[in-house]
Amino acid sequence: MPFKRYVEIGRVALVNYGKDYGRLVVIVDVLDQNRALVDAPDMVRSQMNFKRLSLTDIKIEIPRAPKKKILIEAMEKADVKNKWEKSSWGRKLIVQKRRAALNDFDRFKLMLAKIKRGGLVRQELAKLKKENAS
Amino acid sequence: MGVFKFHQYQVVGRALPTENDDHPKIYRMKLWATNEVRAKSKFWYFLRKLKRVKKSNGQILAINEIFEKNPSTIKNYGIWLRYQSRTGYHNMYKECRDTTLNGGVEQMYTEMASRHRVRSPCIQIIKTATVAAKECKRESIKQFHNTKIKFPLVFKKVRPPSRKLKTTYKASWPNLFM
Repeated sequence: MPFKRYVEIGRVALVNYGKDYGRLVVIVDVLDQNRALVDAPDMVRSQMNFKRLSLTDIKIEIPRAPKKKILIEAMEKADVKNKWEKSSWGRKLIVQKRRAALNDFDRFKLMLAKIKRGGLVRQELAKLKKENAS
Repeated sequence: MGVFKFHQYQVVGRALPTENDDHPKIYRMKLWATNEVRAKSKFWYFLRKLKRVKKSNGQILAINEIFEKNPSTIKNYGIWLRYQSRTGYHNMYKECRDTTLNGGVEQMYTEMASRHRVRSPCIQIIKTATVAAKECKRESIKQFHNTKIKFPLVFKKVRPPSRKLKTTYKASWPNLFM
């Protein structure tokens, strides 16, 4: 099967454009081939174009256009937040956010830490090389 | 969405009271227009065709904009319309799926422009209604009446997260496959 992610009711998607940028939403109903009704615990249910959505691997079990309470329950039951933060895509976004929040001094400290780690790695490598050579 | 070109107005008007008739019949019309002034103009246009009342011997009692009561549920709208083509007048029934009636009307206007090359001034909306799923007629609407709907997005373009970051010329060819 070439496609792994489908537009379907309960599919979790990431908003990649507009004022809801970066928000994780759930498709609760499909309007037409271009738009869906999306919802999240902290937003007003509204329609959104598929151009603005990136589908994720996560899917939750909900009926079509459920009540907000049922949606939140289903999201908690499926552990969407943790699943997202553990997925490589979600982790990358967290790292990106962390890096963007660093200031100049933090970046300097990061550089020092990297140099230190590189040195240690090199030392270990040299040791191993020596052992193998003899 | 929220930004609609056409808004729904409710216009209430009547003929001016005369000596013979101090309480002329009051008419209310719901119509779509880009602003209040045009809504009033459209009201008089329709009223003088339907009843013996003209702007010169009439008055507008009220004009209000009508907003969608529940813009977070999807409805099927049926729109009955009359339009002027190059050869004559035609009646038509169209269906659309949207969260707001204004959105549905906008869809209808764009669809009439694309499929029939009819611009908005040539279109008269006769009636609109929300249609229950099982009473829908058009196959293009009925295909979405499925709780277990499932389809892939076959064409995916990664867009910059905001308008500001958009570039005309790209360094590399975009990969459109998901």
